[in-house]
Amino acid sequence: MSTAPTTERASLLSFRDVAMAFPDGTVALHSVDLTVRRGEFVSVVGPSGCGKSTLLRIASGLENATEGDVGLATDRIGYVFQDPTLLPWRTTRRNVELLAELHGEGRTRRTASAQEAIDLVGLKGFEEHLPRQLSGGMRMRASLARSLTLNPEVFLFDEPFGALDEITRQRLNDELIRLFHEKQFAGLFITHSVAEAVYLSTRVVVMSGRPGTLVAEYDVPFDVPRDPEVRFSAEFAELVGTISHALREAH
Amino acid sequence: MTTADTVPAPAQRRRDASGVGQWGPPLALAALLVTAAYLGNAALGQRSFLLPQPHQVLEKLWDPTSAPEIWTALWRTTVVSLTGLAIAIVIGVTWAIIMNQARWAERALFPYAVMLQAIPILAITPLIGFWFGYDFTARVVVCVIIALFPMVSNTLFGLQSVDKSMRELFMLQGPSRSTVLAKLSMPAAMPAIFAGMRISAGLAVVGAIVGEFFFQRGTPGLGSLINKYSARLLSEELFASVLVASLLGVAIFLIFGWLGKRAVGKWYDFG
Ligand SMILES: Nc1ncnc2c1ncn2[C@@H]1O[C@H](COP(=O)(O)OP(=O)(O)O)[C@@H](O)[C@H]1O
Ligand SMILES: [Mg+2]
Repeated sequence: MSTAPTTERASLLSFRDVAMAFPDGTVALHSVDLTVRRGEFVSVVGPSGCGKSTLLRIASGLENATEGDVGLATDRIGYVFQDPTLLPWRTTRRNVELLAELHGEGRTRRTASAQEAIDLVGLKGFEEHLPRQLSGGMRMRASLARSLTLNPEVFLFDEPFGALDEITRQRLNDELIRLFHEKQFAGLFITHSVAEAVYLSTRVVVMSGRPGTLVAEYDVPFDVPRDPEVRFSAEFAELVGTISHALREAH
Repeated sequence: MTTADTVPAPAQRRRDASGVGQWGPPLALAALLVTAAYLGNAALGQRSFLLPQPHQVLEKLWDPTSAPEIWTALWRTTVVSLTGLAIAIVIGVTWAIIMNQARWAERALFPYAVMLQAIPILAITPLIGFWFGYDFTARVVVCVIIALFPMVSNTLFGLQSVDKSMRELFMLQGPSRSTVLAKLSMPAAMPAIFAGMRISAGLAVVGAIVGEFFFQRGTPGLGSLINKYSARLLSEELFASVLVASLLGVAIFLIFGWLGKRAVGKWYDFG
């Protein structure tokens, strides 16, 4: 299936003229307009400190925008932080069970959903390991699995793979695309790597320096699930070049 | 799906705790001190009671005239210390949890924790005796006062050590305060709490001995004996009871270190 015309799909997350000023006077965002629909994977690139994390925090309700409207059509939100945020005293299994546990689900159900998520991210066999016994990539998988147990309709990612080595990052990119293809959530992904943004997304938006606003938007024409070879195509390189250029202008 | 990411080797153990390298130096130093004690004893001549010979001190530990008294006192002191410690742990952890609930609670309560630590214990012992009688209860109260502060400050530090994004991960699920406490803050604070317990355990022994030194009613503890022996210039018995008191302190410190390691050693390098 190729990228469907997005207009027919239900909007799951939308920002209308959103601005954010912190109590100390820092204006992090101004007039942000963005809609993410079911089956869309939108990446945000922008200079550091421009308000990307703030955008996700507003989307998730951790922070309230000072102006504008935020529309969220679901309460099933996945949020993957920059660090895996695993509880170091819990095994992989118990970490992945955490969210269901906090939502008061019974033991059998949460064990089942945790096992399914663990299998999905390829951590089978590491259920009883503690986070310190896992590699960085595996910790991130566990973190991903934990969010998956919520079966999220809106999935927020704040530079989740930034700390990983290139090979691990590419592998996790492939798996994330596969998950996206399978689950058709609405994805909003922050990254500082333009190539990663293009490879993962159906759309890439560029943010300006602080106060951040969206200055450019690019549809990504490649099929989902994505052929890893697409990374080496001329079309891919050209799009990455165009976006990188826009990003430099935005600074 | 593949999981080819490499698994790191299990964290390297710090040092082999049973190795000769670990025990050699302190044992050599002990031998040196024992030798010095004999030399000092010989050099003191008539006043050799100031530094008795080590074997004479050790003999007091099974000499029927002094041994029963010392061992009974050791047991008494152990009971007082552990009772005081248990109370200090409960009060200290509760105090810290309350402070952790709100900024204003912390601001209101922390100065008193500091004050507690600043109290010159010797200055208020007469008051404690006055209020609580001059036996077991008063001894325990001294213990609690001395052992409380590390429990309060370590627990508070532990509760506040929780990573911000970890806290937000919980917040996103809309949990109750008690859930956050039970599933996040308290487990995260455990290493600090056990470290606090180890410090407080040593202080509880100090508190028990100070208490016994002053509150002479009831079964004598090591502090009572130390008081008595020093008053009667029984230097060998005095040294023997000081030795036993020190070993009690060391033993309690080691036991709580071991407990901490058992409790959190799997996920935290509890040293
Ligand atoms: N709670 C806060 N109070 C004041 N300023 C903040 C707060 N959180 C973030 N900021 C500021 O807002 C700006 C945007 O932050 P952030 O969204 O984290 O940027 P990014 O994720 O794009 O690097 C930064 O300048 C940051 O210092
Ligand atoms: Mg950020």
